[in-house]
Amino acid sequence: MNGSKKQKSTEDDSLGDLTTPGQSKGLLSVFHYRYLLSLIVQKDLRVRYRGSYLGMIWTYIKPLTQFFVYYVVMGIFLGLSKRGENYALYLFSGMIVVNYFTETFRVCTRSIRSNRGLVKKIYLPRELFPVSSQRVAMVHFWPQVAILFLFCVINGWFYGVNWRHIVAIVLGFATVSVFGLALGILFGALNVFYQDAENFVDVINMLSPWLSPIMYKASVVSAHLPDWLMHIYLLYPVTASAELFHYGFWYPTTDQTEALSSHLLLNGGIGFGIACVLLFIAEAVFKRLDGRFAQEL
Amino acid sequence: MAEKAKNSTKAPKSYSAEKLAAIESVEQPDTPVMVNVDHVTKQFRLKKTISLKDEFVRFLLRRPVPDRGMFTALDNVNFTINKGESVGLVGLNGSGKSTLLKCISGVQKVDGGHIETRGHVAGLLEVGAGFSNDLTGRENVYLNGAILGMTKEQIDNAFDDIVKFSEIEKFLDTEVRFYSSGMYMRLAFSVAVHSNPDVFLVDEVLAVGDEPFRRKCAKKIHELKEQGKTLVIVSHSTDQVLQFCDRAILLSHGKMMADGNTEQVLSVMLGREVKK
Ligand SMILES: Nc1ncnc2c1ncn2[C@@H]1O[C@H](COP(=O)(O)OP(=O)(O)O)[C@@H](O)[C@H]1O
Ligand SMILES: [Mg+2]
Repeated sequence: MNGSKKQKSTEDDSLGDLTTPGQSKGLLSVFHYRYLLSLIVQKDLRVRYRGSYLGMIWTYIKPLTQFFVYYVVMGIFLGLSKRGENYALYLFSGMIVVNYFTETFRVCTRSIRSNRGLVKKIYLPRELFPVSSQRVAMVHFWPQVAILFLFCVINGWFYGVNWRHIVAIVLGFATVSVFGLALGILFGALNVFYQDAENFVDVINMLSPWLSPIMYKASVVSAHLPDWLMHIYLLYPVTASAELFHYGFWYPTTDQTEALSSHLLLNGGIGFGIACVLLFIAEAVFKRLDGRFAQEL
Repeated sequence: MAEKAKNSTKAPKSYSAEKLAAIESVEQPDTPVMVNVDHVTKQFRLKKTISLKDEFVRFLLRRPVPDRGMFTALDNVNFTINKGESVGLVGLNGSGKSTLLKCISGVQKVDGGHIETRGHVAGLLEVGAGFSNDLTGRENVYLNGAILGMTKEQIDNAFDDIVKFSEIEKFLDTEVRFYSSGMYMRLAFSVAVHSNPDVFLVDEVLAVGDEPFRRKCAKKIHELKEQGKTLVIVSHSTDQVLQFCDRAILLSHGKMMADGNTEQVLSVMLGREVKK
């Protein structure tokens, strides 16, 4: 019955070899599916804003509201805006990093479950879903960067900027992206088995704006933490990214005399390294669990 | 209830052994193997999630740990399908047909043995699995095409045929949430047949639409057969299996009971004579 296995192979060369179905190169295979990726991002955005008159305008309204609340309460009522130049820009540049992180983390964690119709019926590299979710978060992130950039320019950013600030911005974006994706992939996989993951992520996200120096300065924290803990605090990739954004966007608009946290770029680099290692681990865990997604959902 | 379950695992709906033995095997064409299902076993865990509350209550009441036993959905299933064959997968509900197709398409992983496939395998395991209600028909054609592995150019080229075949021209730019179920399925089926797979897995979706559309689907399936495509068809309709398949595989409780002549396999399964 199996005698025909090797015969006629020349005629049907285009069919290729026998392969085991359901295997992919993981995150790398997402690159191969970039057209599908862009369609899934479009679909997600459409679903998000279905029946909405203002549509994408909400991506401006939400962060600006959040910004004004923080600014009025922390900056004016609690007087933080008096300690240092351009507090508004300091606040906004850190805030958008944390917002991007929390949204990435939240949507990626839910991505496998929310695409269960597809996951259960058609084989695709499942990394597509967290990656496309992060793209959606990015679509919400860019307008905030644009607003920030506009106000930085108005406040004389071009007079103070040099290449180190640009490096800081790029490194900050890379770090928070990789870190958010890593956690999103990991928790997205866990969420298939225990929906507690979603709730856990919500708790972390609630803490995130307070955990990193967004409203306050990192120097305030160092007075309360022992040195070694302070190092860890600064290496936490979200904090490292926020500090890099502070340095890249806010700092050039000031007279650049305020003391920064030491080794800012170095910390950023280490934070990026940590995020990459985590992504590697997260992908390994994801691949182990991936085979059971369809039957557990 | 428990009694019944036990009985049924011990003695699967008994197909007559003599009749099973009498089924003639079908000679496979002299073409490359497209699907190789090699001693495949698939198990599922019976009870899925345990919550902390359940555990706590169980601890307080000193109840035994609940049975988290395994259920064997596919048991040592073994066959190959060569290029150009169309094989019907038959059996009662719960016999493992859908599970087998999911394993072949790669959606689920097997626990024992292994599966290999050649070329582009497209599963039509549920009509419109990749459809999004919030997109228009046109957008869904592109999304679903890409999900089934087509490139943008391929979809562009096939677009007119897809629309023509599905007969929904007028509603192309309407969101599919407003489609009737027939329209929805016609479009989904149309995209799937135009994705040009080498192996086409079909799970109970050929019964879509009204009579004229079903005839059209049947014609398309015959066309695919003539082009030398490989088909694996699960259908509740005896007629369809007879019409499309030269060979049938009978599953019962995850075990492969027979593999051979469609008419004979169906006769054994239904317990009455079946003719084309
Ligand atoms: N994800 C799953 N988890 C647990 N049991 C499952 C799962 N999928 C299928 N089963 C069980 O496996 C058996 C075979 O199911 P299925 O392949 O859908 O049968 P068929 O398609 O032949 O009707 C059924 O008893 C079903 O309850
Ligand atoms: Mg089924």
